[in-house]
Amino acid sequence: MAEAIQHDILIIGGGGAGLRAAIAVAEHDPDLSVGLVSKVYPMRSHTVAAEGGAAGVVKDNDSFAAHCSDTISGADWLADQDAVELFVAEAPRELTQLEHWGCPWSREPSGHVAVRPFGGMERERTWYAADKTGFHMLHALYQTSLKYEGRIKFYDEWFATSLLVDDGRCQGVVAIELRTGLIHALTAKAVILCTGGAGRIFAFTTNGAIKTGDGMALAYRAGVPLKDMEFVQYHPTGLPGTGILITEAARSEGGILVNRHGDRYLKDYNLGQPVDINDPRHPQKRTMELGPRDKLSQAFVKEHEKGNTIDSPFGDVVHLDIRHLSAKKIRLKLPFVRELALNYAGIDPIREPIPVRPVVHYMMGGIHTDIQGATPLPGLFAAGECACVSINGANRLGSNSLTELLVFGARAGAAAAAFAREHTIGATGVLEKQAEDERRRIREEFLTKTGGTERIAALRSELYHAMETGAGIYRTEASLRQTDQTLETLQGRYRNLQIDDRSNCYNTELITALELRNMLDVAGALLHSALERKESRGSHQRTDHPQRDDAAYLKHSLAYRQDDGKPRIEYLDVVITKWPPAERVYGAEAAHVAPDG
Amino acid sequence: MSRPMGRPSQSSIRYSGPPMPAETITLDVFRFQPDGDGKTTFQKYDVPYHEHWVVLDALNWIKDEVDGTLTYRWSCRMGVCGSCGMMVDGVPKLSCAAFLKDYYPRAIRIEPLTYFTVERDLMIDQEGFLGKLKSIKPWLIRDDDQTPDGGEYLQTPDQLASYKQYSMCINCLLCYAACPVVGAEEDFIGPAAIALAQRYNLDSRDQGAAQRADALGAEEGVWGCTFVGECSEVCPKNVDPAGAIQRAKVDSVKTWYKKLLMPWGGS
Amino acid sequence: MKRRYCTPLGPTWFLGRAGYRRFMAREATAFAMAAFLVYLLFLLRGLGRGYHDYLEIIELTKNPIAVFVLSLIFGAVLYHSFTWFNLTPKIMPMYVAEEKVPDFWAAILMGYLPWAAVTAVVLWGVLWWSG
Repeated sequence: MAEAIQHDILIIGGGGAGLRAAIAVAEHDPDLSVGLVSKVYPMRSHTVAAEGGAAGVVKDNDSFAAHCSDTISGADWLADQDAVELFVAEAPRELTQLEHWGCPWSREPSGHVAVRPFGGMERERTWYAADKTGFHMLHALYQTSLKYEGRIKFYDEWFATSLLVDDGRCQGVVAIELRTGLIHALTAKAVILCTGGAGRIFAFTTNGAIKTGDGMALAYRAGVPLKDMEFVQYHPTGLPGTGILITEAARSEGGILVNRHGDRYLKDYNLGQPVDINDPRHPQKRTMELGPRDKLSQAFVKEHEKGNTIDSPFGDVVHLDIRHLSAKKIRLKLPFVRELALNYAGIDPIREPIPVRPVVHYMMGGIHTDIQGATPLPGLFAAGECACVSINGANRLGSNSLTELLVFGARAGAAAAAFAREHTIGATGVLEKQAEDERRRIREEFLTKTGGTERIAALRSELYHAMETGAGIYRTEASLRQTDQTLETLQGRYRNLQIDDRSNCYNTELITALELRNMLDVAGALLHSALERKESRGSHQRTDHPQRDDAAYLKHSLAYRQDDGKPRIEYLDVVITKWPPAERVYGAEAAHVAPDG
Repeated sequence: MSRPMGRPSQSSIRYSGPPMPAETITLDVFRFQPDGDGKTTFQKYDVPYHEHWVVLDALNWIKDEVDGTLTYRWSCRMGVCGSCGMMVDGVPKLSCAAFLKDYYPRAIRIEPLTYFTVERDLMIDQEGFLGKLKSIKPWLIRDDDQTPDGGEYLQTPDQLASYKQYSMCINCLLCYAACPVVGAEEDFIGPAAIALAQRYNLDSRDQGAAQRADALGAEEGVWGCTFVGECSEVCPKNVDPAGAIQRAKVDSVKTWYKKLLMPWGGS
Repeated sequence: MKRRYCTPLGPTWFLGRAGYRRFMAREATAFAMAAFLVYLLFLLRGLGRGYHDYLEIIELTKNPIAVFVLSLIFGAVLYHSFTWFNLTPKIMPMYVAEEKVPDFWAAILMGYLPWAAVTAVVLWGVLWWSG
């Protein structure tokens, strides 16, 4: 086995957060060496698929307090308010910095950056680059990172399989170099996980193939708790069948949701009353189609129960109608929406409404970190969707996540750099031995194993079907327990897995098998967190406990892995600063909840 | 509790309402295993035919159900990550955007992108492209790097429009597989790299055209291009790299004249 | 061990794809342009030597083979001009109000319209001159 590769800082994951962290270190601590390990080339990271925009206060009629209050109420008060205040304050600077690095934000005629309204937000503050914001952000970050040739070393298509932990500290990772199949130990003084979410554990998701919760599982298996895993966001408008995302921006620009009767059904769900689409006030902020994502997805389920949804070859849908927007507006501001609808739904949204349904999109939960991005394991940091600080609480507002990548990517980079300065690498001999153990395990469990009877695809599809059925938008004790039982069976059957591919070079089947293990781990943390939270809050809705219960549950759930596979769930108080818990109110009559004094 | 909305079939990555079809379609797939004897072969697979399936769905079905050793790249399945480029019946395409119904009932030949070194099966070596990309300095270059505290660099919608098209490149490399010059001259930096250079050169905020001029004005830069135009034909994002290259040629000539007439500098 | 995946580009490289065939056809018209220029030079030389020499050349080109060849050259030169005008918007794109003018209309505005105008002026001038 090759000798350990050494860096000062290792970043696992080359998406928005990982690249931002790498650039942060390269800019401010140029003498520290950074290794960026990514299982795909960074421009393939799933940040690329984000569409709508990134929020940051920029207009005169807006304020940090308003952005905070929208985010906190959107989170159903489960967000840590100190983290939210910090996030909101740093957001505009980060977005401007990205603009300086070339991001082609859409503009107003004056030349200033343009902003659009977004779900759950009282003011327009969502910066956007047409409707391919994530794509432009990721490419701006990746291309900027190429400037730092000597300081950032890219390990493209290397897959991290476990953390190296010694002396109570995280000191690196074990990773498979896909091209050769060689398994390396990469050591560092600080490791930052930026590996994204785990939407692929569900049947219908906007997420691409790579969103399998790898970093979450790495941290979880190393004893780091996963926080608030039960909170899974369903994006209200995904294409049926494929789950491909149709951005919230379609509703920001005035798109409406209608059921089989042509009714704007959201008016029946405490989201205010609609105004006519030709009324200049449409779309009204924090109202109707610009309500928060959890409530819109829940409304779909209720409509479905009433028999108001529309049959389609791919299940039940509602219609997202943007026909009333001018063709010019659609071509200028929603060109990607049109392209996706034409290619994957077979309709031209200029002429026909788009069939949509809620699909899993984002995990509010993730690796427990503080506001610096540090996890409880010294030397281990996390940022982006794989982390949970938490600023998103029980439900994330659209366009907060892309900004989160920048703010916390930069913070985690800075914190990791400070940590790296104060520490040295420990006993490489111990770490290399851990890597050797991992190498042997992978060889025995997958590459040389005989007699297994299970196929990856069968286990995976049973997993995501069970998750969709039992841990979907509405859950009960019974549905969660049933899925947990399926999960237990699957974990047992996983030990009997047999892969076809025994080769070294680009063994993607091996990677898929390892991803499946990560998915099973993450699913377990999710299910048990959901079972223990006996209330309904934000995106976690229990029909057997339909009320929010602040007395018992104004806390984050922390899932700690245990050897028998069932995590231990503990609780951590939410940090409240200026916004005492109140009722979430949407609709034009809603006054935003301002801090007292 | 709501009843499950749609039941994903166990053997397809997407939910498919109708039951498993009786029709099948044949994929004739290039196979190459570097660990083995280095021979290349084609392997036929009969795949269930769904009208809404793309080639990627068919490949995933093969890998899931039949042959886990089939190796290819994919991720977003919506035409924005650029991972899944391959030759479909001799034409460079994104496998997530090539619909089976456009070929059915004919067999479909699937090969890795031409003019690239094949690592394995349908996976090509992208390192060469990254080197070419880096050579044109694809980042915003300023004489005066301002801090973000001063606010954004102003840019009107018209200024944005002048380079926007070239910023849409997803690095899928289909243009390289379409370009005969890439096939003939390994050092030619290629359509995407030049389009991205233009993206920055035309960006009103950028001041780095002089730094990119050498790489672009070289033999293996814009002057390698003979305006065949196939790159723009196959580009799934309408970047029009062919147009970018011709415009870059005009700029390169202007720069050359300027240097000739004003050798003391001035830009 | 890796493999470069392509058929080596031999002298018939362009036959494999429709786009490559169109490209070679376009490039081949350069020969037609050269031939037409040679013909033009002969005409001019004839003119320079006097009206009778000029008429001799015109007589030479009246035979059917010459007419046929000259028609082919004329067709190729026209094709050359069409492809040239059609490609111009790629080299000099037109933008109006943030949107790019589609290549079709840009080619008409920047190429065909001026070509038609110049042709009309020259024709009118010739007809007026010849009385």
